[in-house]
Amino acid sequence: MAEYETVIGLEVHAQLTTKSKLFCGCSIEFGAPPNTHVCPVCLGLPGSLPVVNAGAVERAMRAALALGCTVREHSVFARKNYFYPDLAKNYQISQYELPLNENGRLVVEVEGTTREVIIQRIHLEEDAAKNIHGAGSGESTLVDYNRAGTALMEIVSGPDLRSSSEAEEYLKRLREILMCLGVNDGNLEEGSFRCDANVSIRPVGQKKLGTRCELKNINSFRFVRKAIDYEVARQITVVSGGGTIRQETRTWNETQGKTLPMRSKEEAMDYRYFPDPDLPALAVTPEAIEAARAALPELPEAKRARYLAELGLTAADASVLTGHPEIARYFEASVAALLARANKLTRDAAGKRVANFVQSEVLRYAKADGLRVELPVTSDHVAELLALVESGEISGKQAKSVLADVMASGKSPAKVVAEQGLSQVSDTAAIEAAAREVLAANAPNVALYKAGKTNVMGFFVGQVMKAMKGAGNPRLVNEVLQKLLSEAP
Amino acid sequence: MAAPTITIDVVRHVAKLAALSLSPTEEETMCRELRAILASMAALEALDVSGVPPTFHAVAMHGGLRPDEVRDSFPRAELLAAAPAHEAGGFAVPKVMDGEG
Amino acid sequence: MRDAAGMAVTELAAAIASGELSAVEVTRATLARIAARDGVTHAYLHVDSEGALQAAAQVDRARAQGEKLGVLAGVPIGIKDCMCTRGLPTTCASKILEGYVPPYDAHVVERVRAAGGVIVGKLNMDEFAMGSSNENSAYGTARNPWDSARTPGGSSGGAAAATAEGLAGATLGSDTGGSVRQPASYCGVTAIKPTYGRVSRYGLIAFASSLDQVGPIARNVRDAARMLGVIAGHDPRDATSVTRPVDDYEAECGKDVRGLRVGVVKGATDRGCDPAVVEAFARTQKQLTALGCELVEVELPHQEHALAVYYIIAPAEASSNLARFDGMRYGLRVNGDDLRDTYARTRGAGFGPEVKRRIMLGTYALSAGYYDAFYLKAQKVRTLIKRDFTQAFSRCDVLITPTAPTAAFKFGEKSGDPMSMYMQDIFTLPPSLAGIPAVSVPCGLSPDGLPIGLQICAPELEEKRLVRIGHAFETAIAWNHRPPRFS
Repeated sequence: MAEYETVIGLEVHAQLTTKSKLFCGCSIEFGAPPNTHVCPVCLGLPGSLPVVNAGAVERAMRAALALGCTVREHSVFARKNYFYPDLAKNYQISQYELPLNENGRLVVEVEGTTREVIIQRIHLEEDAAKNIHGAGSGESTLVDYNRAGTALMEIVSGPDLRSSSEAEEYLKRLREILMCLGVNDGNLEEGSFRCDANVSIRPVGQKKLGTRCELKNINSFRFVRKAIDYEVARQITVVSGGGTIRQETRTWNETQGKTLPMRSKEEAMDYRYFPDPDLPALAVTPEAIEAARAALPELPEAKRARYLAELGLTAADASVLTGHPEIARYFEASVAALLARANKLTRDAAGKRVANFVQSEVLRYAKADGLRVELPVTSDHVAELLALVESGEISGKQAKSVLADVMASGKSPAKVVAEQGLSQVSDTAAIEAAAREVLAANAPNVALYKAGKTNVMGFFVGQVMKAMKGAGNPRLVNEVLQKLLSEAP
Repeated sequence: MAAPTITIDVVRHVAKLAALSLSPTEEETMCRELRAILASMAALEALDVSGVPPTFHAVAMHGGLRPDEVRDSFPRAELLAAAPAHEAGGFAVPKVMDGEG
Repeated sequence: MRDAAGMAVTELAAAIASGELSAVEVTRATLARIAARDGVTHAYLHVDSEGALQAAAQVDRARAQGEKLGVLAGVPIGIKDCMCTRGLPTTCASKILEGYVPPYDAHVVERVRAAGGVIVGKLNMDEFAMGSSNENSAYGTARNPWDSARTPGGSSGGAAAATAEGLAGATLGSDTGGSVRQPASYCGVTAIKPTYGRVSRYGLIAFASSLDQVGPIARNVRDAARMLGVIAGHDPRDATSVTRPVDDYEAECGKDVRGLRVGVVKGATDRGCDPAVVEAFARTQKQLTALGCELVEVELPHQEHALAVYYIIAPAEASSNLARFDGMRYGLRVNGDDLRDTYARTRGAGFGPEVKRRIMLGTYALSAGYYDAFYLKAQKVRTLIKRDFTQAFSRCDVLITPTAPTAAFKFGEKSGDPMSMYMQDIFTLPPSLAGIPAVSVPCGLSPDGLPIGLQICAPELEEKRLVRIGHAFETAIAWNHRPPRFS
């Protein structure tokens, strides 16, 4: 049996984080009552005209530059004509022949293998309305035009991906970049980051691409893998059985775990694209392009490299902390604040401490909603708390309970520690007093220790800590006990 | 202009793209008239336009952009009032099959 | 009281401002005149008596309170039915928009209201502005006040007829390939098609977006200039709107035209012009020479292709612009077996034959495989047509042609043959395709007593020149003919 290679190209529709729609001033707020964010323009009323949102152009350009695209100084909006109730004008305004951005790249790495994916184009277009099925009485479909006209950018990759894991990785990296740039909120559930996949197979070694099927409705990372894997297996079965693949659009059905052909069209679509006469060519000056390039933030990949090199993080830690721009910002602010408080710490050490604490203690309480993340405590409080641990005032274990109190009360960690008298006792005299009592009360164990059973040390430490209600500095308790035990006759 | 002769089949195909129902008589008339109109355009075919850029907009201009500001939307009741059918705040349309578009 | 119907816009506005006439009186007189005469002329599809009287009362109140009045304060204005009027039906003379009431005013309507103009109603037209005779109105044709057996022209036939018969002080029409100029020519009035982009299209129901412009129709050049001054100017809601400041058009009236170079297109009247038009055009040249203009022969070698280019571009854009009329969100719906059937039936029943013909032609011209051969090629030839004008204007300041090859024709004369109807536009199409401004002014009467129009074209944004020479010419020939039905 021949071996097959999988070929995947992805088309991502990313909703831009503008306040208003692409061609009118209606709000893009999600979840409003049906048809409350509509006007003559997005409802396609007779006589209305589109005017391009400058914020959308700027955001698409930012994404393009981050992905290494060339920005076209003159791009053209075209009309894609077809009849459908979710298209208010029965044409969609989209960029066709001359898109805003072209020829970028994104490198993804899966299990040590890197793959360069060409970004063929990034263009602007308007979103469609939402058809609500089964909500109306009888046979009607209800249409809500709130989403109609929302600014999208379509990011089209070349047929460069070779597995479902690569596809998933590409989408994750892409989403992370768009979020880092603040141009997309990465919200798959609300549909602001959507993906279609073009999937084909070909015998290994063959240059020519096989016939592709377009997969729709794969709006979670998990679905992407499942849908592509299913589709590849299906195509291999068809071809190995002597059949041929029909070019068609298929939809992922999660319940059945299958891709299914969409209702076949009676004839091939003929969209009759032509430049929209209502919109003169979109002009972007070279100065504007350069200014946007200069203003690009540090991208996740560069951030990860820096975290590894400067802050001593592991690749896994760096990946988690750069996964969301707000978390990366939080992490870095915490590190900076900790260094300011504990000036003996190296960057490396501070980075590691914050990384561990944030990942193990803070993030589990974090609530992400698109580009916003609600974190339980401020980065200043994280730094303050870790500085208290560092100076020996509290133990690492105490830090967790202090965190809980800070979260509950909003008070600063130092205040919580003071109020609850949690400060670690580093007063050698107090520790010595407690230690003497413990040793005096446990003569048999002292004898065992002297006889060489040094593992009873743990028992002594535990007893001293218990006597001091956990406030003893463990390092000092150890030191004092050792001293006393060596002194004793 | 390598346009084929307009036939009834072409007329029907185009009418479908245009979402236009035509009676058989209309189809016949349309066929005849489109042929005549297209025939009158034959002189255009001979014209050499190599190297000539198209003029999509009569007056050379670049579209003004709109600042990203939210403006008031229109009252829903007024918009729905113009609709042939509406229900629960939505425009009611004949049942839509997914993927039909 | 002076008869408002016989007064120019500028006179009316002055009389109202001085208190000689009240706006309410003028409006009542206009409404009465419409009631008495429009049964025959059928220039109006909808008369808004109540709204007009309210607007007029507002003007009178403002005057009484000593407020500064707009330049159209109290002047009755008619609006072609393809411009959106908030709260007033706007149908484009189509069954598909029967009873449709827009929730907003077109930019030009806002401007007219802001200038104190009193909107009396919505004017008849060819359905969706497609036609040259008004015979394509779904609500009955408007008639020519000079001879009710004849067409007032199209597509702004109602606007030209209403203006000629004094059923409004002035009107707003729209012009895609000659739709204000040709009817103005047929009805003996003046119309300006501004430079593409000079007047915002916001709220003008699109026929062919790259060609459509709103233009005034008035009984004299000064009135047209005043109207243009009101509606021209930048509008951020139309991305094709020109930002250059608006000139003072009215100030051009009465200025000297000596030494102005007037281009006469070589062989202009060779193709299919009536002898009366040829003669009037020849006489016009002599009159211009007498005014001190210098006549220059110019060539527009590609204008013979204008008709073909126009009948590709305009229907192609229209096929897409009119796709929104599908019975889902507004307008007519004819229920069918399913969604597709409902679309097809609605549009099949809602559109008239000419609109269907152009939708079919345009859809075909854009369909797979033909885009390059038709649409793209037409846009390239359009470049050549535009270049011809640029060349010509290097040798002259304005350029003249007849507005139409004939005077108003009889109903039914051309309705059986689309091509002969389309030929009515041969002079008005080239300036439309080039985006340049043009005016039609009356230049005489045919032996049958029908008006004949002169078209004057100027370079981009040089509407001033049109007003200057148009006004000088009109004054020189002392044009004051009124249709026989006028009084």
